[in-house]
Amino acid sequence: MTHKAAGPEIEQVIQLLARLPGLGPRSARRAALQLVKRKQELMSPLAAALQQAAERIVVCEACGNVDTCQPCTICQDTRRDPAMICVVEEVGDLWALERASVISCRYHVLGGVLSPLDGVRPEDLNIPQLLARANASEVGEILLALNATVEGQSTAHYLMDELEGSGVSVSRLAHGVPVGGELDYLDEGTLAAAVKARKKL
Amino acid sequence: MDWSDDGIVLSSRPHGETSAIVELLTRGHGRHLGLVRGGRSRRHRPALQAGNLVKAHWRARLSEHLGTWDLEMVDAHAAVILDDASALAGVSTLCALAHLLPERDPNDALHDAACVMLDHLEQGEVWPGLLVRWEFGLLDELGFGLDLSQCAKTGSMEELIYVSPKSGRAVSREAGQPYVQKMLPLPGFLRASDDAEEMPTSAQDVLAGFALTGHFLEMHVFAPRSIPMPEPRGRLISRLQRQADAGGALT
Repeated sequence: MTHKAAGPEIEQVIQLLARLPGLGPRSARRAALQLVKRKQELMSPLAAALQQAAERIVVCEACGNVDTCQPCTICQDTRRDPAMICVVEEVGDLWALERASVISCRYHVLGGVLSPLDGVRPEDLNIPQLLARANASEVGEILLALNATVEGQSTAHYLMDELEGSGVSVSRLAHGVPVGGELDYLDEGTLAAAVKARKKL
Repeated sequence: MDWSDDGIVLSSRPHGETSAIVELLTRGHGRHLGLVRGGRSRRHRPALQAGNLVKAHWRARLSEHLGTWDLEMVDAHAAVILDDASALAGVSTLCALAHLLPERDPNDALHDAACVMLDHLEQGEVWPGLLVRWEFGLLDELGFGLDLSQCAKTGSMEELIYVSPKSGRAVSREAGQPYVQKMLPLPGFLRASDDAEEMPTSAQDVLAGFALTGHFLEMHVFAPRSIPMPEPRGRLISRLQRQADAGGALT
């Protein structure tokens, strides 16, 4: 027979925390304990913030990003280059590019990639919205920032075919040796892609 | 229990936060699944791309368990075709169709034929014909093989240029003449003869081959299960059609 250390409300908090990535039952228990111990300065504000975010989160109708305003903060930002749209698979990829601060453009979140085994077909992705945006007069370039996987690049080629005739320039991210990568430790696939995409100096 | 074998990666699905369930088409153990611990790590992900050839070691306590894989990359086919839309569609088609095979049912011929096709991925004039041949092998393995050895009506082995869309048997020019509208064309490179290894020279030939296999896959496999044909196959055929319209030669 298992003995419960806390009441059902705290047990529920532990069970919900354990569903988050990076947290197992033990670490969820530790996190819950911290919340209980620091009720005023952590638990109550966190609960309020979660409640507020849950009520206000919307998916941007223009780009598919997740935000609390419609259109999203990125789409509203007039300092960004309106001539360029960076296409990403998921919101996490958008956040990764924003974290790197290497590009100041608008984005388009596809919501996945084509996958015959998972039954993901073109109609399941935000492709019509992208094609509509590509036809806007201000857009000059579309950067396909999709993963260097068979599914990611199949989707990129599909989009290139679809965008043909729209008059925009289509580019994709480079594949090859990562910064700080030592050739000796790289896998054969990355080396093969790097050799194939070699540049003239 | 454990064993080692060669395998082609068909798919990799995340399992938990760090692992992946990887599906291989192995030489001696058929289509087989297993868990790769740490399969979502940066170290493992390059090897787990569809179409890669790996050395696989499978281990489990009982044979009916899912088991775990130890995988080592042998040929990184996926990495060299990331810029080639047709080859990507070809590999995706092969992997999606291989998924139709029963699990753990060995078929070394299909595995070897897939390896030959993957080995030629950088030769755009060769691999589409090899994929058609592989689809023929798949139909055979699934129990719907085509008989192209002699005419279904006359028994003749001369001028076999059609296939009956109902029986899947070859039909000679003479016997097929009255039904020419209904017959499926049999491209030269698929005729059962001494030059059976002859490869197609035009996109039109390959398209005729895909139309043939597509008809019987749809009739015997996809329609009865009410599932659609893999979408990359349609994309590949569209690209080949564009090549055929442009001049006919495969590139």
